[in-house]
Amino acid sequence: MRLTCPCCGPRDRREYTYYGAAEFLNRPAPDAGLDAWDAYLHLRDNPAGETRDLWYHDPCQSWLEVTRNTVTHEILAVRALGDLA
Amino acid sequence: MTHRIPGKGLLIDRARRVKFTFDGKGFEGFQGDTLASALLASGQRLMGRSFKYHRPRGPLTMGSEEPSALVQIHEGTQQTPNVRATVQELYDGLTARSQNRMGPLGFDLLAVNDHLAPFFSAGFYYKTFMWPRAFWEKLYEPAIRRAAGLGRLSGRHDESVYEKARAHCDLLVIGAGPTGLMAALVAARAGADVILADEDVRMGGRLLADLPEVGGMPGPDWAAGVVAELAALPNVRLMSRTTVTGAYDDGTFGALERVGLHLATPGALPRECFWRIVAKRAILSSGALERPIAHPDNDRPGVMLASGVSAMVNKWGVDPGAVVVFSNNDSGLATARALFAQGIRIAAYVDPRALPVTEPFPVYAQAEVTGTRGRLGLRDVAVTHAGGTSLIEARTLALAGGWNPTLHLACHRNGRPEWSERIAAFVPRPGMVPGLVVAGAARGVFSTAACLADGLAAAAEALADLGLSAPALAIPQAEDTPYAIAPLWAVDAGGRAWLDFANDVTTKDVKLAAQEGYSSVEHMKRYTTQGMAPDQGKSSNVAALAVLAEATGQGIPATGTTTYRPPFTPVSIAAMGAGGRASGFAPQRFMTSDAQSRRMGAPMIEAGLWYRPSYFPRAGESDWRTACDREVKQVRDAVGVAEVSTLGKIDVQGADAGRFLDFVYTNTMSTLAVGKVRYGLMLREDGMVLDDGTCARLGPQHFLITTTTAAAGPVMRHLDFVQQAFCAGWDLRLISVTENWAQFAVAGPKARALLATLGVQAALPFMGCAPMTIGGVQGRLFRISFSGEEGYELAVPARYGAALFDALIRAAHDLGGCAYGMEALNVLRVEKGFITHAEIHGRVTADDVGLGGMVSAKKDCIGKTAAMRPGLLEPGREQLVGLMPVNQGEVLTAGAHLYNERDAATREANQGYVTSVAPSPTLGMWLGLGFLKDGRARHGQVIRLDDGLRGRKVLVEVCNPVFFDPEGGRMRG
Ligand SMILES: [Zn+2]
Repeated sequence: MRLTCPCCGPRDRREYTYYGAAEFLNRPAPDAGLDAWDAYLHLRDNPAGETRDLWYHDPCQSWLEVTRNTVTHEILAVRALGDLA
Repeated sequence: MTHRIPGKGLLIDRARRVKFTFDGKGFEGFQGDTLASALLASGQRLMGRSFKYHRPRGPLTMGSEEPSALVQIHEGTQQTPNVRATVQELYDGLTARSQNRMGPLGFDLLAVNDHLAPFFSAGFYYKTFMWPRAFWEKLYEPAIRRAAGLGRLSGRHDESVYEKARAHCDLLVIGAGPTGLMAALVAARAGADVILADEDVRMGGRLLADLPEVGGMPGPDWAAGVVAELAALPNVRLMSRTTVTGAYDDGTFGALERVGLHLATPGALPRECFWRIVAKRAILSSGALERPIAHPDNDRPGVMLASGVSAMVNKWGVDPGAVVVFSNNDSGLATARALFAQGIRIAAYVDPRALPVTEPFPVYAQAEVTGTRGRLGLRDVAVTHAGGTSLIEARTLALAGGWNPTLHLACHRNGRPEWSERIAAFVPRPGMVPGLVVAGAARGVFSTAACLADGLAAAAEALADLGLSAPALAIPQAEDTPYAIAPLWAVDAGGRAWLDFANDVTTKDVKLAAQEGYSSVEHMKRYTTQGMAPDQGKSSNVAALAVLAEATGQGIPATGTTTYRPPFTPVSIAAMGAGGRASGFAPQRFMTSDAQSRRMGAPMIEAGLWYRPSYFPRAGESDWRTACDREVKQVRDAVGVAEVSTLGKIDVQGADAGRFLDFVYTNTMSTLAVGKVRYGLMLREDGMVLDDGTCARLGPQHFLITTTTAAAGPVMRHLDFVQQAFCAGWDLRLISVTENWAQFAVAGPKARALLATLGVQAALPFMGCAPMTIGGVQGRLFRISFSGEEGYELAVPARYGAALFDALIRAAHDLGGCAYGMEALNVLRVEKGFITHAEIHGRVTADDVGLGGMVSAKKDCIGKTAAMRPGLLEPGREQLVGLMPVNQGEVLTAGAHLYNERDAATREANQGYVTSVAPSPTLGMWLGLGFLKDGRARHGQVIRLDDGLRGRKVLVEVCNPVFFDPEGGRMRG
């Protein structure tokens, strides 16, 4: 598996650390309530097909949101979370 | 070498004789022989015993798909089992042994299994050895393992050299037969970066075994010409002796190269190299594998595939003697003709089809082979025809049951092939592996001319994808005979007919599986073990499927096929993991004091990837305890020095740095004054403690934070995530400076005096920090303590670390102090109740470790909301406590569980567990830290520590986890 880091170009999977679903980006407000926090922390879909998840490119320290297909293993898009400048 | 044909044998060099041994007996072959060809040339057809019945076996094939001729190769003290004699090249001094036998190969004591065959039919493991259960482990399994099974490992480490490597290309061509050579030539002339991989020693594929004419010249000459042109091109890499073993995502292929396995003295060469090849496009031109026909006693040495017979004649010049060819297709007939034309005696050509008899050798049409004779090798063949059964004397029986395209790699990404009635075989569908085109015999195109044309077409398709144009190239003239086949999978004539030679599966076993309800192909496979040997059923799966389809009446397309998985041929784990043994297992990180510590005799222990000194033994100190006790005492009484560079250090800068740290720490950092240090706690978003450390403010917009050694990486990732995910637009920069600074703890009542001898004025208050100069080097000084003593940490650029350590320990010695190691460091921190990742192990909250007060009520921070979940606030949580043995001589052990004094050691009665222990010379007893239900309210209670693993029960008193100097007077000075 290779991911194309927007900062570094196509790199082998071994350079990346997997984190989890991109839902981690949607941090609820502190007062959003227990259910919202429970969903944010624990509840995940496990789709056969398109999924978005978070990867860290260790060499350049960029966090990436990767859109990929869990059935075909196709990488559809890679977006850096932060400002690359 | 009595069985050689003069003048024949493309691969052998008759001028170079090679000596080797097989089962201790000396043999001679030629340079270029395989072990199998050399043995066959010496008249040795018997090469092993079969897996289950211990039947005598010789090679069925001459290639990597070989199921029977598996041997063990011995090199010095090493032995390599299950080596295919048909692949192993001969070298001087090669030592091979047959395997899976008891007693001599010619008289195997376990051949009695063959007579017990009725008891060893499909599923016999499940049926026979079910009961009584206790017999299984003690009796059945060892007996079966001894009787069945293949070669044996040496039981020693494999000290040999292996290699792994990567390669990238525009086009990977897999297989260098006519199709692959043509494809590579076209792509190479178009200027593409080409890798051509072939598992054989010489490229050419069937051109070398069958010798068809190509472009008006002998096939091998045409192949040699193409290879020479390719070899001269800078954009081509030729990889012979390289088997592409797997197709993976994104055009990645695994390949195993045999580098030194064929050399008597490989020198520094590795045995094998495992390649990861990344190709923009790939062509699978792997050809096809011939399949046998199942007929009674078709497994005798001397029974081979027709393609194997022509290979042994043409590649190695081995004389097969009188040959009976049993074929159901035109390719078998062509082989018979070709062999006859070369002077081989064709004793009979047997074909179930109705054929006009116009051959110059005996032909039995509408006939079948119904049996063979010969105890350790074929002597004669029973042929049943319209006129009855004839016994025909022959040394070799060549089976030609048709061809299966070698489409395995096309299926590695879970694509299923489809059944072709035309060739009675599975063929690949287009697009099974993205970017890979299957061409030539691998997709059922069999004539040489058609293969050449298909190779060209596949290359043109790949080149178009690559944006290159294919050069004009004429397809050379070659044979274009059509292929006709009348499927015959098994001869129904009573007796046992073998399908899977490697696992001893017969047609009866498959029929029995169907009869007993295992009619799905996946169930049949597991019930009979069909196709589950090292050869993965390359020559038998399709026939077994056909026999199953016939038994169930479903037909082959409805029966389906099993999955093909990597690797195509066996790959040694040593090659895949090359370099990963011993010190290559993981990177090693060394502190600046490493060399000095080792010179001082310190045993080094691993802390993650780091190596840290356990203790610094002095003369007369025979064990760690003596040294550790002394080091602790010297720190408490004088001064100790320890390198702490392994702690993670993260430099945080920017106008929003304080705001950011407030968000990631539970406590407030933005209010910290410049020149001050604060202890900090970080949570995970689920409310559990992530890490602890210090935060120093070096300037208005400049902080330096530390992490524990173990969490340095994870904390850096975490902070990067929080910044990049939640802090868009903040003025903030983070960078790890762990490697840039060497840092040393100087602790003890004489710490300040020590610094003074080095010219450092330590006029800092507790939890202060300041720049310093030491020996002319700019550094940083922190007044922090992990020992409970007045403590300083000195940081200098890493290149000065070794020198500073040397200066510090000299100065410490002069003051009655010492260097101290991890053991003493642990004792000092346990005495003070300081936590490490033994305590903050991922399932504890700030409140659990007694630091609930550090979670600021005034602000949000990562993990705060989740930490307030009701379940984490209710009574009954396990809380950090100190533990002291009631009888002060008793030893405490970490990992032990805690129970009320009179309760049994059950899960229900469990009250907590011990996380850390230390022998405290200061308090004169072992101390423990642990978690206990409602522990903070239970100080003074006596409970039982129960270590079931070590069989220890100790009564302990629950107490404050800070055992020593709880007021902290020594630390504050
Ligand atoms: Zn990157």
